[in-house]
Amino acid sequence: MPDISVVLPSILQPLAGGQSILTAPADATVTVGSLLDTVTGGYPVLARRLRDEIGALRRYVNIYVAGDEVRRLQGLETEVSPGQEVLVIQSVAGG
Amino acid sequence: MATAENFVLAIGTKKGLWLATSQDRKQWSFSGPHFLMSEIPSIGIDTRDGRTRIMVGVRSEHWGPTVAHSDDLGATWTEPEQGAITFPEDTGAAVERIWQIYPDAESRPGVVWAGAEPISVWKSTDGGEHFELNRGLWDHPHRSDWGAGYGGAAAHSIVVNPAGDNVHVAMSTGGVYRSLDGGESWEPRNKGISAYFMPDPNPEFGQCVHKIASDASVEGRLYAQNHHGVYRTDDNGENWNSIAEGLPADFGFVMLTHPRREGTAWVVPLKADGERIPPDGKLAVHRTDDAGATWKRLDTGLPEREYNSVLRDAAGVDSSEPAGVYFGTRGGTVYASADEGETFAEVVSHLPDVLCVRAAVVSTAGLPVPETAAARGA
Repeated sequence: MPDISVVLPSILQPLAGGQSILTAPADATVTVGSLLDTVTGGYPVLARRLRDEIGALRRYVNIYVAGDEVRRLQGLETEVSPGQEVLVIQSVAGG
Repeated sequence: MATAENFVLAIGTKKGLWLATSQDRKQWSFSGPHFLMSEIPSIGIDTRDGRTRIMVGVRSEHWGPTVAHSDDLGATWTEPEQGAITFPEDTGAAVERIWQIYPDAESRPGVVWAGAEPISVWKSTDGGEHFELNRGLWDHPHRSDWGAGYGGAAAHSIVVNPAGDNVHVAMSTGGVYRSLDGGESWEPRNKGISAYFMPDPNPEFGQCVHKIASDASVEGRLYAQNHHGVYRTDDNGENWNSIAEGLPADFGFVMLTHPRREGTAWVVPLKADGERIPPDGKLAVHRTDDAGATWKRLDTGLPEREYNSVLRDAAGVDSSEPAGVYFGTRGGTVYASADEGETFAEVVSHLPDVLCVRAAVVSTAGLPVPETAAARGA
């Protein structure tokens, strides 16, 4: 069964036990939301860094699927296929 | 000879937390920044139960808000896995920012209150590791009429009386709310406080209160610094009366009270509404020793010119004798007084905007000593 990989920025890796990539087994397409549920299920602090308690993606957290940021697709309902790689990247925002 | 005391000073800024320790409140050793690039809008130093626990509200623009605590003066930090403050699912709300962390009375060890944005009050009974949402205030019928101040819509001040039955909360904007049953039910208590910026300047609620604090020993006496207006109540919030006469400005954010002595409070006046700076650019703390009847200007040791404001939680007192008074500016300078404000000295400068300052007398026995001078000039 091919995996879906979620690549984390270095700043979040300590919250995933030091891993840079989290994987979820998938034999069909899944949504980004359910993918995050799966890969962060064992890492609740990491989960809160990405989404608030009502499940909304934090404003300056960007998630890319096939090169597109999910806000320009279907948000957390964006579908990801087995074998694809999902990137979590923080916005270059701040001062 | 007095027993040597150890002091800890916690400085929450827009870009992290600095901790300082001292034995004389003059020479400080620093550690930090902790939580670099996250703002620290709230700090509680809990010295009950024979330990020193520093609790901080942390908020990253990228990664959101959380609460962490340290029992070793910042050598290590713990963030509860499930989050110390998270809204229950049925509320459909999410925490934006922790504005206040308030350890309760000595007689109620383990009880810690918190105020947050959106406007909400929380209570922990396990020393600040997990908080429960106060449903009485969350479900209050006035909620839809409460507004947001410039910094957001938040409960920013919590005051609990020694018996624990009377709780006052101040929110921006909504005014002061009081509970007589330990937080089960809430009613607005703003009579006498002007809301000049509203069509009805004397509404039941909606006042823009900036900070409240309780008198050290007079039950039912509280002080309030409002958006224009400094007030005192002697009847548990039923009536508020102006005590602004004698101050150079009735605007400001800070309201501090003495840890033991009745009638003693400190404010840091700012000129407003258009300017929001110390009057004429001359920074001064003002102290009353007679519950607001008169005020004394205190500026010895403060700079000739200072155009930065002092935010509502960027000031604190310690419990020593005489009490220490501390505050920080949006320009990143922190001042300390070991004599109740008579004289101040700069503790550190050039930090990011100071959002929160708390100080306490602590036992450092068995605790690691913070690194020296890590923050000075940072």
